[in-house]
Amino acid sequence: MIVDLAFQLLQMTLVIAVAPLLTGLVRATKARLMRRRGPPLIQPYRDLIRLARKEAVVADGASWLFRFVPYLVFAATWVAAALVPTFATGLLFSWSADLIAIIALLGAARFFLALAGLDVGTSFGGLGSSREALFGALAEPAMIVIVFTLALVAGSTQLSTVAAYMVSSNVGLRVSLGMALVALIVVALAENGRIPVDNPATHLELTMVHEAMILEYSGRHLAVIELAAMLKLVLYVSLIVCVFVPWGLAIADASVADRLLGALLYLVKLALAGVALGVFESSIAKMRVFRVPDFVGAALMLGFLGALLLFVSRTLK
Amino acid sequence: MSASLRVSPANGAEWREATRLLAAGEATLVSLWGDDGRMRMAVRQASGALSFVEVACEDGSFPSVASVHAPADRLERAACDLFGFTARETADKRRWLDHGRWPLRHPLGQAVPHDGAPDAYPFLNAEGEGLHQIPVGPVHAGIIEPGHFRFHAGGESVVRLEERLGYVHKGVDRLMRGANLERGGVLAARVSGDSTVAYGVAFARAVEAALGIEAPPRAHGLRGLMAELERIANHFGDIGAVCNDAAFALMHAHCGILRERTLRTAKAAFGHRLMMDAVVPGGVAVDLTPEGAEAIRALVRHVRTTFPGLVQLYDNTASLQDRTVGTGVLNVDLARRFGAGGVVGRASGRDFDARRDCPYPPYDAFSFEVPIRRAGDVNARIWVRIEEVGESLSLIEAMLLRLAGGPVLATLASAGSACEGFALIETFRGEVFAHVRLANDGVVARCHLRDASWFQWPLLEAAIEGNIVADFPLCNKSFNCSYSGCDL
Repeated sequence: MIVDLAFQLLQMTLVIAVAPLLTGLVRATKARLMRRRGPPLIQPYRDLIRLARKEAVVADGASWLFRFVPYLVFAATWVAAALVPTFATGLLFSWSADLIAIIALLGAARFFLALAGLDVGTSFGGLGSSREALFGALAEPAMIVIVFTLALVAGSTQLSTVAAYMVSSNVGLRVSLGMALVALIVVALAENGRIPVDNPATHLELTMVHEAMILEYSGRHLAVIELAAMLKLVLYVSLIVCVFVPWGLAIADASVADRLLGALLYLVKLALAGVALGVFESSIAKMRVFRVPDFVGAALMLGFLGALLLFVSRTLK
Repeated sequence: MSASLRVSPANGAEWREATRLLAAGEATLVSLWGDDGRMRMAVRQASGALSFVEVACEDGSFPSVASVHAPADRLERAACDLFGFTARETADKRRWLDHGRWPLRHPLGQAVPHDGAPDAYPFLNAEGEGLHQIPVGPVHAGIIEPGHFRFHAGGESVVRLEERLGYVHKGVDRLMRGANLERGGVLAARVSGDSTVAYGVAFARAVEAALGIEAPPRAHGLRGLMAELERIANHFGDIGAVCNDAAFALMHAHCGILRERTLRTAKAAFGHRLMMDAVVPGGVAVDLTPEGAEAIRALVRHVRTTFPGLVQLYDNTASLQDRTVGTGVLNVDLARRFGAGGVVGRASGRDFDARRDCPYPPYDAFSFEVPIRRAGDVNARIWVRIEEVGESLSLIEAMLLRLAGGPVLATLASAGSACEGFALIETFRGEVFAHVRLANDGVVARCHLRDASWFQWPLLEAAIEGNIVADFPLCNKSFNCSYSGCDL
């Protein structure tokens, strides 16, 4: 019990500790591909500290919601991230590590952030919120359908169970899982505001989505929101890793050594994913805003097809 | 093209006839500006000849050109702000350059003190269900020049865009008055820093035309070299920046490297990265050494090996093409009516390049292609730039090969009486029109510099209509109009 609690706490701190590092790695990869030296890997930590020390300027028209939302978004994202098994399953919170719960937490975070974007009444906040709502309206159902596919394969929406099933030998190669993987990657790109859906590095206020919503934030509020965004990236990478490449994941009741090995492997996978994301983002331009629904809609269709295929194959058996 | 010109006596009939030609589309407006007690206008007739008309503003007013010919609108309003004239019959009586924040009104006419309280500025309206306004700027999230853009949008679609500029007004026209030729050249070179060479040439040639002297042949060759270096440096920057606005940073990085190499070559060859103040009335201030010439040749070789790869990258990246093709279409007829110069006009089928069509040395001795596209979209503007880079490289090689020897600076002898001259010089944006009037003692009495962007900014408003708000930065960057050049 104590060990489980310790590992659960370790995992919660781990995700938050590596989150800025992963973002730094993606940025560094992109900088290298642009033949720039780029900032050091730990720059995001420095940025967060710098922001946290700065005074938070709040717009005149802002209500209490505006001040309240950053912490709410951060808390929801952190809890969601803590529910994803990173290097070991069977953690203390596993009973609640339901995929639907994670989607709900992220959905709540999105809802409040969009509200905060509207709250100050600037046109950019409104633009960002409306675009976010447009994308979210497709990304969330896509995510739910993906979860259904996984649940049909593994027989549970509990992430620990799903991961344990994926590690086991009876999973085999399934077309549905391939579709779910592609769909999940698309959703992850959209949800994290990466190219081709949104450009996290842009200074063009008219093209922003996520950045437009948080344009009025500064100081510690901005630090908390930035950290939440970094956490969300770790969350999605962890999710993809634990479901589709779970090798090395320590299954419940594994020894401490196994768990440490799992942690190490997890970090390696995270780094690989970060580099892959950097390479992908460098090789593609951003989509036109109205193309994004098609892109995310494709994820929804893939998810549906995956679930449908499973039904058909079972019925024919 | 440059020449001295004789001023015809004020005649309202000539002015009206020129206005009628403009409205009928039989002539293109070159510029419209104020001078002491009169309004002046340069038009380019269908034959290609430039003609000048003027009208005396006896009661402080003159017959409006803008009321029948929209491209004149902002030039006319700017002239009214500076001189205090009123344009009769015009519908648009809003001030343009003067936001009310100056301590005086009409700084070039009969100046009256003003308390500096900002004027209200009613933007043109658009009404309909679900329409909303998006004010952008003058302070932007990125490091760019200041300008205000007022969008009327229905959701994401732009219904109307209106620009408001003037935030980088520097009072160039007032500073020019009474400046000696050296200071005038320095001022002209700073009107729009990215085309400092072309502005330098424009001012120098206008002055030389007024004084009736010609720069030495070697100076012409060097001016041409500098102008082409400036053109390719800016085109590299623009091609990369347009791609960067579609979040394709790879192109931006590689074009940035090429631009940097070009600037360093300019520094090695002419002593300044932007070659600022290298062109002076009478010739050039720096001579090219053999090492400098070799540095330029090395640059041309380098660009010829690396640039085609980038062009291929642009052409083969489907996600990028998806953003640029069909975005921000400027229709051919509008480009012609507004006399859009440079890349903006040539991407919309307006076959005009001052280097070829109003030839001035050294270009009159070289032949080169002027790339034309008719699609008028962002993609066409990128392609015109890409092809112009190729032409410029060949021009640079040819100019180096045929660079004359001898002195690079002619002595300027004062004409001893009042005289005037003008020049039409191609910058990387389009043609800049320079008109200089010198006083008896040889100082500048009036200098008018009309940037190519005066006619391109209004076209951006037209090109963005019906596009989505998020595509505006892409369209804007593909036009890359000068703020500073228009705000004067």
